[in-house]
Formats: sequence, C-alpha cells, structure tokens
Amino acid sequence: MSSHEHLDRALPDTSADPRAEVSLTVNGHAVTREVSTRMLLSDFLRHGLRLTGTHVGCEHGVCGACTVMIDGRSARSCLTLAVQADGADVRTIESEANDDGSLSALQQAFQECHGLQCGYCTPGMIMNIRSHFDSGEPLDLSDAGIRELISGNLCRCTGYANIVKAVRRAAELAGRA
Amino acid sequence: MSTRKFGAPIKRNIDPRLLTGKGAFTDDINLPGALHAAFLRSPFARARIKGIDVSAAEQAAGVVAVYTCDNIGHLDIELPLLIPHPSMTDARTQRPLARDDVYYVGQTVAMVVAVDRYVAEDAVNLIDVDYEPLEVELDLESAVGDAAPLVHPTHPNNIAADFTQVCGNPEAAFAEAEHVTRIKIQVDRSTAAAMECRTVAARYDSVRGELTVWDGTQAPLGVRGGLASIFGFDEDKVRVIAPDVGGGFGQKVMFPYPDELLVPHAAIQLGRPVKYIEDRRENFIGSNQERTQIHEIELFARKNGEVIALRDNFLHDTGAFIPYGIAVAQVASTSIAGPYRIPNIHVRFRAVYTPTVPVTPYRGCGRPQSCFAIERAMDQLAEELGLDRFEVRRRNLIRDEDFPYTREGLLFADGLRVKLDSGQYHKALDMAREAIGWDAFAADQAAALKDGKALGLGLAYYVEGTGLGPYEGGHVKIHPITGKVYVNTGLTSQGQGHDTVFAQIVSDQLGVAVEDVIVVEGDTGTFEWGVATFASRAAVVSGNAIHKTAMKVREQTIKAAANMLEADPADIELRDGHAVIAGTDRKVSLAAIATATNPLRYAFNSAAQAATQFAPASRHDGPPLIDGQHPGLEATDYFSPECATWAYGVHAAIVEVDRDTCSVEVKKYVCIHDCGNMINPVIVDGQVMGGFAQGIGGALYERIEYDREGNPTNANFVDFLIPYATEVPNIEIAHLETPSPLNPLGVKGVGEAGCIAVGATLASGIEDALKPFGGAKFHQTPITPSMIFAAMSNA
Repeated sequence: MSSHEHLDRALPDTSADPRAEVSLTVNGHAVTREVSTRMLLSDFLRHGLRLTGTHVGCEHGVCGACTVMIDGRSARSCLTLAVQADGADVRTIESEANDDGSLSALQQAFQECHGLQCGYCTPGMIMNIRSHFDSGEPLDLSDAGIRELISGNLCRCTGYANIVKAVRRAAELAGRA
Repeated sequence: MSTRKFGAPIKRNIDPRLLTGKGAFTDDINLPGALHAAFLRSPFARARIKGIDVSAAEQAAGVVAVYTCDNIGHLDIELPLLIPHPSMTDARTQRPLARDDVYYVGQTVAMVVAVDRYVAEDAVNLIDVDYEPLEVELDLESAVGDAAPLVHPTHPNNIAADFTQVCGNPEAAFAEAEHVTRIKIQVDRSTAAAMECRTVAARYDSVRGELTVWDGTQAPLGVRGGLASIFGFDEDKVRVIAPDVGGGFGQKVMFPYPDELLVPHAAIQLGRPVKYIEDRRENFIGSNQERTQIHEIELFARKNGEVIALRDNFLHDTGAFIPYGIAVAQVASTSIAGPYRIPNIHVRFRAVYTPTVPVTPYRGCGRPQSCFAIERAMDQLAEELGLDRFEVRRRNLIRDEDFPYTREGLLFADGLRVKLDSGQYHKALDMAREAIGWDAFAADQAAALKDGKALGLGLAYYVEGTGLGPYEGGHVKIHPITGKVYVNTGLTSQGQGHDTVFAQIVSDQLGVAVEDVIVVEGDTGTFEWGVATFASRAAVVSGNAIHKTAMKVREQTIKAAANMLEADPADIELRDGHAVIAGTDRKVSLAAIATATNPLRYAFNSAAQAATQFAPASRHDGPPLIDGQHPGLEATDYFSPECATWAYGVHAAIVEVDRDTCSVEVKKYVCIHDCGNMINPVIVDGQVMGGFAQGIGGALYERIEYDREGNPTNANFVDFLIPYATEVPNIEIAHLETPSPLNPLGVKGVGEAGCIAVGATLASGIEDALKPFGGAKFHQTPITPSMIFAAMSNA
C-alpha cells in the first residue's frame, strides 16, 4: 500500500473476536466486563482493569512474573483466560499493601533485605509467597524450604539470596517464624 | 554535617513503588487508542526472499497496516554501525525489514500493526513469503574455512574483523621461555534474558511536530540520536524516555533494533500511538546475544611459574551482523592477561559472521571468556610445573607497588589505554585462600575420596575494566517550594538502584535526607547530555559527575546562607535540610535559600515574600540578578574519566561431583571483591550476587542451541535453563576497598563483577574433583551433566 492509502479509511478500533461477559472479584471489588474470549487474564488485569502491577515475563507459564492469587491459590495469569476467571476471587499485587497504604510485612521485608532490583519479577514473587503465607500450611523456613517455595519464580537480577532472606524476615514480622 | 551517607547500607528509594505494583514499565503506560505491532520473522538462517504477499494480512479484520521493506521509505536502510573500528572492513548491519535476503532465524521481515496484539499476531501468520533457503555453516571454526558458505558474500571466510594488539616484545620473550603451556577453551552463547523483554511505544503529536518514545532501553540518548538522524528531526523534537526497565544486562544498550524505528514510524504515519512489547520467543530469536569465543592461549613461563609472555588467538562469534563493532572481542582481548604482570602479550582475534542472532554485549562483555581462558591456562601451568594453584598465581600477580600498571600497546574498548589503576591483588588472593579453607581442604578431599566422593576446589581471579567514558553529566537543583533536591543524569537504571546511590552522594554534600533527593534519569526531555548505561559505568561516571555538581550547589548554598544569616561561610553547616551556623540554633531551610536566591515579582508563598521586589532585603540600586549570576541553587557539571578504572576479585569454590548423575553441587562459594570505595554496600552485594547467579547459569546451564540449519532449538524458558532459586548456591562475599585514583569518589564499577569468574572457578573445581577418577578436563562452559559424563568416559 502507498503511505497514505490507508489514511483515507477509518482505522479500526476493535477486533472481530467473539466476546463474552465475565464477572469476578478483583482485590475485593466486584467487576463485570465484556472481554474477547481469548484474552488472557494477565492482559485483562493489566489493560482491561489498568492493574499493571501484574507483569508478563514469558507468556508460557514458566517465569512466574504474572502470578496472581485465584481463589486463594497462586496461579499464572498468563495461562488463564479472562473468561476462565468468571466467578473467581482474584488478588493482585495491588491488594498487598496495608489498608492505609503502608507496606505489608512482606513488602517491608523485601525492601529491608534488598530482595528486588528491577522489580519486574517482584509482584509475581510476592503473590506466590503471599499464597503460601495465607494457606495456613506450615512454612518451611530452612534455606532449602524457602528456595523450594519460590522455585516457581524466575528472577534475573538478585541471585535469590536476598529474596530468601526476605521471606524469612517476612515470616518473622508476621509472627510465622 | 550529618552522618555520612556514602558507604551506608541505605534502603532504596524506588522500592515502595515497585513493591506495590506502581512501577511504570513501558507496557504499563496507558496510551489511549494505542495500536499494537507484531513482526513476521525469518524461519530460515539464510535465504533469498523471492516474494512477499501481504494482501491477506492487510484485509484481516482489525489490521491497520502491514509494512515490508517496500513501504517504509527512508527507513529502508542498513542500520548504523554504532562503534566503527579500523579492524572491520565494510561492516555489515541489518535493515529494519529484510530486503532480498535474510541472515538469521528471527530476522524481521514484515511488521503488522493492528488493534491489539492478538490480531496482529494472527495477521503475521497470513503473510506469505517465498524463500529460497541457502547453505549455512553454524560451527564457528568451520565458518572460517575456505569451503564454508558465506553469511555475506562480501566477506571471505566470514571474517568480519581481524585485529591484533601487542604489548611489550612478545617474540623475544617467547624464545626465552623455559616452559610453554597451551590450552584451547570455549565459552558458549547465552543471552541476557531480562525478565522484561524489550519494549517500545511511540506517540506523535502532529501539532507540535514532536515524537515521544517510551523505550525499555539502556541508552535513551542514543535512541534519540538515532531517531532524530534517521527521521531527519531536530533532536529537540524527539523525546525518548526509558521508564522503569525490567533488567537490561547489555542487551538493551544496543540500538536501534528494527522495532525502535518502525514503531515510531507507524505512530507518525497512522496518527495513533503504537506499542510493541516483545514476547519471550522474540527475545530469544530477535534480540542480541553474546558469548561464543574459542581461544587458543599459550603461556610462556619460566620453570618457577613466572609467566613472561602470553599469546592468544581467538575466534569471536559476532552473529549475522556487527552493529556494535568489535567491542566484546576487544574487551576480551585487552582483559586476557587478567591480574598478572605478564609484560609481553600478543593477542589476535577474528570476529566471525555466523547466520545467527547478532552479538553485542551481555553482562560480562568478553570478560567471562578471557577470564576462562587465562584462568584455565593458569591451572594447567600449575599442574604442569607441579605448583600449587594459589602459588602460581601469587608469583604472577601485579604487586601493590606496581600500580598503576599500564599495558602499553593495548587499547581498551573506550579507545584508551589499559591501566590497572589500583588494587591489593595479593591480599585478595590470601583472603580467598583463607575463606575457602585451602589449608584444611586436602584432608577434607582425602576423607571424601575414601567415601568415593569427588570433592574439588576451584579458583579463579578476574579483573574488570569499568567506568568507561566518554563522559556523563549531572544536574542538581534545590527545589524552592519543598527544599527537595532534584538530580538528573543522562543514563538510566534497569534495577541497579541509581536513584538511591546518586541520592546518597548528593545527600552528603547538601545535608538533605536521602529520600528527599529525587533522581530522574533516562528522560531526554530532562537531561540531554551523556551516553548510556553499560560497562559498569553509572556509579563511576554519572556518580562523579553528580558529586562534582553537588559540590557546586553546596558552595552556592553556603554562600547564600551566609549572606542571609549574616555569618561567615566557614561557619555554615548543611544538615537536616537546613543551613545552620555551627554551634548555634540559627538556621535557614534550603527551600528558603533557594527561594531567596531567585529574585521574584510574585509571592507564591510566605517564604517567597522575602524575595519579592519591595521586600527589605531586595536591592533597589541595580539589577536584582547581577550579571553572570543565575537564579536559584542549581548547577550542571560533567565527569570524563582519563581511562577505565579496574575492579577485580577472586572466586573460590568447593564442589562435589556426583559421578552417577554427573551433577555438580556447590558446597561453598566465596568471592573476594574490590570495586574501590563502596557507595552502598547492600547494593554492591546485590550486584555481585545477581551477577553470580548469571555466572552460575553460564557455567552450568545456559546455552543457546542451534541445529545444523541454524534453527534455535531452545528459544523458551522451558528449554533454556535460567537458574531458579534452587540452582543458585549461597555465596560468601568479602570486600576490599582500594580507592580508584582516577575519580574524586574513588569508586569503580561493579555491574559485571559477579558473573566473570564463575565458569572458570567451577571448571577448576570440577576438574580438581575428578582428578582422582581419571583426570577429566573441562575447557568449555556451560559444563552440563552430559559433558561431565563424556569427559569422564574419555579421561
């Protein structure tokens, strides 16, 4: 096409993808939206709801950057369709701070222990750890236990040692140690 | 003055934002009406394009535009050669979209812009390209043979560059040698694999004629320069912002990638913002990589182990193009003698085109390869001469009194001399020996052996040329309303915590809290002089520029405060956001000083009343601003280093090799590290630990695999093995702080330190562990279980 040919027509705004309505709870808020049926939950949260704290690192379910909590359990939002979350209770990093906006114990521990550098993997890391903390199951706070706990999340900056420290410190702060 | 912040383990200013999900990475920036780009990429390593049919893609619902080389006008060019060097002839760079030929799997052939990424990717699959595949040679050593198919017909034997550097008089020294050790080593290709892939978003304001580009880059000023010159815009009409960037590690210092031109182009042409968010597969096949080198190194020694000359001849895989020049190979070649005196050096490399993703720096940038070569050779020399591995190094290390130690004849990657400026190399070696428990190790090893266990000790020394020029700048301004200090510099952060270390530097000069220093970098709209973040240089070059600038603002502040408080400037102290007369409680806030030094007509607030025209202190007998004076408290200054400053360190490890599974367990790992004065030891340790984890990846796991046809076979996070927390052992770090004499803060860079020596250390340890079991040799990384199995079988 020549450089102006397509300027003569109106640019499309939406795809022809089939759409469906989803209703779910996100960070305690009831949300109902119409979405493309193939939209990933990660894209829905980030671009549909403007909750951009959830990051996308690989879109094939390996790196864990997109981890959120679905019905209390950690889940890859890049391997979940938005329509699959219909009726679900979803929690993202935006729900982690205390109600007054101050950092949660887990967030504080990450800062204290320098458990993050670029911060891209951090929300997924934290939501994964949060799901373990909230599960009520006993926490294995040995070095190997913590490493196992975070072994579903890749981090390319920190070398993990400070994240291991942060998990232990967070457990202390939360009275779980 | 308040307690010094330089050297303190200050918590990072940026963390609360990142921890609460309020980071602003490129794809987090809301651009209403944005369109999304996706690329068609070559499925062949080398092919002739006989035709491209985009008609089906153009007609797909939701598609806005499809671009090939035929409709991108002035962008259909060979991209810039960023770092020209005389060793290259007719250096080849790629086109934004392939014309006639493709040179690697992943090369961009067409770009689709659509209403969302889903539609754009669908439409990419509707483009029909008729390729005629051509012969390829993937093996680096075969690629330089006369029979090898050529990546570029213009370059016989696939040689992109052939370069020799000489220090001393190696020919004479070769003849004097009493012992020569020869070794061939190889380090394989890896990739940065930052957690955030590369990103570009662009918006064009046609009324103002201004292009704004958000780019997850390490080099926003470079991107701006590239865009302005290729688009023919005034630089002031192009604003490039590197927002929060999710790791860089060198891959993002390269520019312009095709998308960095094509996305702005589409935004201008379509009148809508356009985003391109690279996905992980694209990052593996379309964003630059580094590492493969094959070295044949010879050490010419006396019987006592003193190395009097070194000759190294290596092949450097530069991939299909060489846009960043010979930088990686040049760093490797000039670091080849490591921390050793070795006065005579002959080092030659050939950079070789291969039909693969282009090669530009990845954290380490040639240093892991040269470290692996010299350190494996040192181990071999020790073995051949019957010397202890620590001892052979001790006999060759540069002594404290030898500094600065210049390798005349070698030019580093900044075009300046190799001058190892300071260090305590012997002390560091002793510390490593002590920390790893060398004296007790023989007994432990023997005991383990009795149980059939293969325990080994590994050792490697490294040097790291850091803080390269040409320069960076700093701008420091005290805000008249809040008294907060704004700081700008031209480079940018991808997680290194610049905002905190630069704030510490400024805090010391101006006596303000670290959290009241607001560092804004990576925005060409706020500071437009400088270079980029690479080569462990931010703390050294920007840090010192900001330090110099802050000292100027300090002087202005003290002078103005002395005037306001009617005191001697020598009695003024800056602390807690105030200028205080020492020993009294008389003080004035920095906000008030900044306000008072700005002659005002309008009183914005009560403090401002004092600066208005009829206020008691205002002059009525001449201009309120004296000729040559500037309003407010503000300065800009620059730092340009005379040459790189050399950090260094020693790694040592105790490893156990499981001879059944051929797996390696790191039982203990120590790192002795010296990057000069540390601004923030917590951040320094973070850099070392992060580099170490990447080093573990390179040593044991990470290798970009290509099949014989040049198809990448592990271009995903399942098959390309980045270490998880379960693969990275704990590391004990101890620091020396030998100041650099080359800059006012006495600092050296740390970014690459952690990764350099890990491969050499673990190879040394694994070899030591298996010595009683046949003496397998390890001259290549990554050392995978299958390599261990093969080495044991062949030993």
